[in-house]
Amino acid sequence: MIADIAFWAIGAVAVLAGAAVFYVDSMARATYALAVSFIAVGFQLLFLQQNYVGVVTVLMMVMEMAIMAVYMVMFMGMNPALMPMSMVHDNKKSLAVAIGTFAFLAAGVLLIDWPARRGAPPADVTSALGEALMGPKMLVMAVISPVMVATIVAGVVLAAHRTRYDRFGDDLKRRPAEDPQPGGIGR
Amino acid sequence: MAETTAVTSVGPAWALAAAATLGALVILAAAFQGLLTARSQGATGGITRPFGEAARLMRQRRRTTVSADGLLWRIGSSGLLVAALLMVAVVPLGEWTIFDLDVGVMWFNAMDVLVWALIWLTGWGANSAHSLIGGYRFLAHGLGYELPLMFALVAPAIAASSLNVGDVAAAQEGLWFAVWMPVAFLAYCLGVVAFSVWGPFEPAIGSDLGGGVRAELSGVDRLVFELGRYALLAAGAAFAVPMFLGGGSGPLLAGWVWVLIKAAVLLGVFVWGRRRLPAFRPDKFLEVGWLVLLPAVLLQDLIVAVVSVWRT
Repeated sequence: MIADIAFWAIGAVAVLAGAAVFYVDSMARATYALAVSFIAVGFQLLFLQQNYVGVVTVLMMVMEMAIMAVYMVMFMGMNPALMPMSMVHDNKKSLAVAIGTFAFLAAGVLLIDWPARRGAPPADVTSALGEALMGPKMLVMAVISPVMVATIVAGVVLAAHRTRYDRFGDDLKRRPAEDPQPGGIGR
Repeated sequence: MAETTAVTSVGPAWALAAAATLGALVILAAAFQGLLTARSQGATGGITRPFGEAARLMRQRRRTTVSADGLLWRIGSSGLLVAALLMVAVVPLGEWTIFDLDVGVMWFNAMDVLVWALIWLTGWGANSAHSLIGGYRFLAHGLGYELPLMFALVAPAIAASSLNVGDVAAAQEGLWFAVWMPVAFLAYCLGVVAFSVWGPFEPAIGSDLGGGVRAELSGVDRLVFELGRYALLAAGAAFAVPMFLGGGSGPLLAGWVWVLIKAAVLLGVFVWGRRRLPAFRPDKFLEVGWLVLLPAVLLQDLIVAVVSVWRT
């Protein structure tokens, strides 16, 4: 009973904090309202016995929002988001899309026949979830991960305007390299 | 939550006892810090200095700045203490623990990541350039220390094949993890010092920035922020005991006494080391973290994994 109340209360926190993202007038508040929403979702996962997934959600999302706040303040808006600013734009169209999506999904909830539960949850729901998500596709996932990392690195290398010739000189012999940002280990 | 673990859970009321224990460690660390500060100035005594400072801050009128973000500022400055308390919730004191979570190691990790948000929010909230720069300095350090810290926590978990803190402590019968995974232990200690904004990681609150993150903090807010830093340092030292220092194992004395002794000694080393290490510049530490610490810790994890597979 108390667990049920806590579960729904945390759910309400998640939704309200998510809504606050668009209501507040500061980039820092919007970012951390989103962090609170994610933390609440993480705690809800604890109630679903997904302890690992829940704690990892809190961990990753707080870290991500801490970094995102920096980028949001840096790049958002006409000013560098140090001043109060609106978190919404294109209000009428957005409202129409939001209401339409909600109505569509809510109609789905009401119209569909919900299946009855078959069987009982396994003892370790976290590994069952992992099996269900990844099981037969583990090889594919293991191959995709390094490809994705290589893509990110290649993208950054292609986007950076400085090349090794800028760093090491035309004959690549200049040591230490000439960097606008000095490294810590004297390369 | 967990089926059978090495420790017994006690009722939630014991959280008060855990908080009091953490408080005792904080007082110990602050008194030691006062002693060392006095000695470095050529004076004697100094143990009572932190109490005098606390009394001064409690009487000081709270200062505020123009259009400060009070909510985020208060959350940031007071949150450090909360994060430290949540960390010690999963640390077993001998055979008892408050929160016997099956993923206790991840829990500690999540709480230390919370510090990223809290320090930056303290810097942001004051609406002051100096404190905001301090917040950015902390995040720059964070990018360097956090991944080595995470992978340092992986090593004991692999060796114990469990993320439960009690199980990790129980897996060290005979040989402490600090002995045969020293690189992970050192990276962990560096991480604790870093998320406590302590010693080499103090540029975020550096005097070259007029106090950095805490530049505009005054009165009780500043007191709670400083208490939070000490509490984080103490919680990090306490968590090292089950992870690397054999938990409550030791001759003659009871398990909980050994946990407290080991935690107090490590905490003392952290406080003492503050004066022995130079500050890490935030812009330079990133490369140290990614090109030295991270490969070293990953190699440590590999060795631990190979040894663990070979032993079973």
